[in-house]
Amino acid sequence: MNPLLSVTGLTKSYGPVEVLRGIDFDVAAGEKIALIGPSGSGKSTCLRCLNFLEKPSAGEIHLDGERIGVRLDRPMNDRQLAPQRAEMGMVFQLFNLWPHLSVTENVAIAARKVRGLSAREARELALDMLAKVHMTHRADASPLELSGGQQQRVAIARALAQKPKLMLFDEPTSALDPELVHEVLKVMEELAAEGRTMLIVTHEIAFARDIADRVLFLDGGRIVEQGPARELILSPREPRTQAFLRQIRH
Amino acid sequence: MTEPSTFILILDGLLTGAGVTVVVTLVSLFLSVSLGFGLALVRQFGKRRALHALIDVYCEIMRNIPALTHLFILYFGLASIGFRLSSIAAAILGLGLIGGAVTCDLFRAGFAALPKGQAEAALAVGFTPAQTILDILTPQAMRIALPSLGNYAVQLLKDTSIVSAIAAPEIMFYARSLVTSSFQSTLIYTMVAVLYLALALPLMQAIRVLETRYGKLKA
Amino acid sequence: MIRFIQPYIDHAGEWFPLLLEAMGKTALLSVSAFALSLVFGLLLALCRNTRWRALERGVAVYVTAARGVPLLAILFLLYFGLPGIGVTFDAFTAAILGLALAFAAQVAELFRAGLMAIPAGQREAALAVGFTPYQSFTLIVLPQVVRISIAPLIVTFVSLLKDSSLASLITVDELLLTGRAMATEYFLPLQIYVAVGVCYFLIAWPFSLLSKRLAPSAAR
Repeated sequence: MNPLLSVTGLTKSYGPVEVLRGIDFDVAAGEKIALIGPSGSGKSTCLRCLNFLEKPSAGEIHLDGERIGVRLDRPMNDRQLAPQRAEMGMVFQLFNLWPHLSVTENVAIAARKVRGLSAREARELALDMLAKVHMTHRADASPLELSGGQQQRVAIARALAQKPKLMLFDEPTSALDPELVHEVLKVMEELAAEGRTMLIVTHEIAFARDIADRVLFLDGGRIVEQGPARELILSPREPRTQAFLRQIRH
Repeated sequence: MTEPSTFILILDGLLTGAGVTVVVTLVSLFLSVSLGFGLALVRQFGKRRALHALIDVYCEIMRNIPALTHLFILYFGLASIGFRLSSIAAAILGLGLIGGAVTCDLFRAGFAALPKGQAEAALAVGFTPAQTILDILTPQAMRIALPSLGNYAVQLLKDTSIVSAIAAPEIMFYARSLVTSSFQSTLIYTMVAVLYLALALPLMQAIRVLETRYGKLKA
Repeated sequence: MIRFIQPYIDHAGEWFPLLLEAMGKTALLSVSAFALSLVFGLLLALCRNTRWRALERGVAVYVTAARGVPLLAILFLLYFGLPGIGVTFDAFTAAILGLALAFAAQVAELFRAGLMAIPAGQREAALAVGFTPYQSFTLIVLPQVVRISIAPLIVTFVSLLKDSSLASLITVDELLLTGRAMATEYFLPLQIYVAVGVCYFLIAWPFSLLSKRLAPSAAR
């Protein structure tokens, strides 16, 4: 079976600083992948390269057979990238909800303006997505009135509304107060159970262990180890992986 | 004491001037905001560095030379080489061009205050850059810039008094001619001050209302 | 293009010293007015914090009036209007007074904003280690307010410098008035007023740059 997402030779440098030094991995449809590793290992950069919010210095990314970010050997600009980005849903660490729009509008607006749904269709879709993340009771609120956990759940609904092939989560709970983390992880669990393809950069190791199919451990811009989630986390093979996981435990 | 008839005459003259003051203020405001917004968009989101430098030079020149000098150049200077502008046209053009530089800086500050994540979230969900700027960034930048814009509008109203020096028939202009014909200098200039206040206070109030309605937004 | 530049070459010898001297006069006018506006502004800011309701109200009224009445109207009132009731100022005095009265309100607001920018916790910490309120103000709060206020004050000075050109309309001998006289004498208003603009720019721009370097956000 052809993988849904295929990443080969992904490299990213900022001037002299090499953040990603050749990343290769595949994601099959329906797989959940967790990316873990110490700060500075490049995991967020790796994720952001997938939808070209960061432009890779080298390497290829293919989604469903289509090359992302490059057309006829020339890099795409933001306008050309828009349709490809709409196929991937991204959830940010800082939620990034748009404060001048209501919760429902935040979710509906892209469906309307990018995929051309009518106002009514978009609103219905938005309410469906909000129901998925258990936020319909605040549908008309302003994002400024919501807690962090609520905002992040709306952000997930916003990403889902574009019916993406792949969901990207960039440390979705790192900016949340501890007591709010659970409500977001629960929603992600439910999405996972639906069979969605998910790539999650996270520090929540227990979550990765239970929800992910595979885990990639990144350090210094390379994939040091990858394997089935429970196996890698409970009995890592590489010494660096072992050292990292030991630190997290404490 | 002044005769009531003289008072009425003075008031009538000043109010005629007030009409021109209001028109010049509104048209210049429109010109400034349009120009400034356009410049800010190019400066903030455009790709050509040469344009950025050009806009920066324009803003520095406009903002470091007195308005009165700009007006003299447009009214007297251009006339001497054949481009004769009416005083009102020169007034609106001069104030508008300067205001464009001022509002450009205001709008740029508004855009700059937005967290990068706002635009990223829009791009990530499939918005084109144009859609991102229009639907996501501009509404928020406008709200941030609103108080400063309000201050600028009040300042603009006061600045219209300057155009009397190039013979535009607004309040100060009428005041000066009334003084020469009636010798009531104290009364007239006091009334001028009151009249400007009467125009400015509602403007300031309107701005406060706008600020409370749209202002309570931090990205 | 050459036709535009030619007069500069022809008259450089006469224009240069005239303009230079006039720049000096404008500088003198601006600096004096600014110094006075600092004094007035400081007084206003202090009055704002008193417990006398009447004084506080008076200051608020003054600040609103200064915000709503054009500088030119103030200058005209002082120079042309007051003689009607027996108070006469010479042009230079009227100009300095007018500029100071108009800008004092801005300066006062500036100081108020600076004061509010200091977190209350600073003063509390000072009192907690045993400083008197006076010491807490002079040793802790005031130095910080001064530091924060420098860039906005420079921006205000540039504004005042530009507005000093209005003094030419009440016959004060400064840069723009000199320009007008030259324009009538040489019949070259375009070249002369552009030169005047350049002169103002040369004085103002260094200050604008300085304020941007000191505080990128203050150069609103």
